[in-house]
Amino acid sequence: MLLDALRDGDEAAFASLVSRHHTRLLRFAESLVPSRAVAEEVVQDTWLGVVRGIDRFEGRSSVKTWLFRILINRARTAGARELRHASLGDEDGLDGRFDAAGRWEDGLLPWADAVDARVVADKLAGRVKECLPHLPDAQRQVLTLRDIEGVDAADVCALLGVSAGNQRVLLHRARTRIRSILEEEMGGG
Amino acid sequence: MPFRRRRELVCRQAVALMTDYLDGALSARDRARLEEHLAECPHCHEYLAQIQATVVAAGRVEPDDLPPAALEELVSLYREWRTG
Repeated sequence: MLLDALRDGDEAAFASLVSRHHTRLLRFAESLVPSRAVAEEVVQDTWLGVVRGIDRFEGRSSVKTWLFRILINRARTAGARELRHASLGDEDGLDGRFDAAGRWEDGLLPWADAVDARVVADKLAGRVKECLPHLPDAQRQVLTLRDIEGVDAADVCALLGVSAGNQRVLLHRARTRIRSILEEEMGGG
Repeated sequence: MPFRRRRELVCRQAVALMTDYLDGALSARDRARLEEHLAECPHCHEYLAQIQATVVAAGRVEPDDLPPAALEELVSLYREWRTG
């Protein structure tokens, strides 16, 4: 098993872990700290933390969640803001779309079904990736962990130190914003 | 006590509930109200499908490839850390 090999100091196991996770850690680190350079330092520090902490890892969380936890701790040491104090971000940005009674003013361009085709899904994935740096930090962090990395809600709350309710508000706003960007990409909006 | 109709959702409210709905975090009552609205409102039905498609698209975002030189550097560091 990979973890046993890591505990034994197996270099190939470490290389495998790095190959799989380094760039995703870097991507997430960029949502925590102000610059790419600091993000790279924080991720390097994370790997040192992994080497030092491997004996203590009990395997109760997934390896990925464990890596994110170490990363977040390192980022905080490097000065990342506590997420629990972060602003929730803008309102959902759908203001102009509803009439006074709260009904849709216009219909929506139907594009959801088109995403069943892989080429469309991949094109939209590219757009999502481009949009990430433009989200407010807290929204970016939640969307990245939940929807890009597939970390479950309870783990995301624990990792980021936010309540379940706040986590959902952040996720809602992030998804709302990304959806409207994808809508433009698909020719609507 | 007069009988009171269950309050129906308007679209703006339905949209606001969608993330909680997908997370299974709505009360049974709100879930029922939302599902009733979705059955009757093609716009909100499409909007929910678009949110789900957004999640699918996000799930397809792959991490960048790791340049071999970067991997080499980290493995060298690993050797230092293990012997240091």
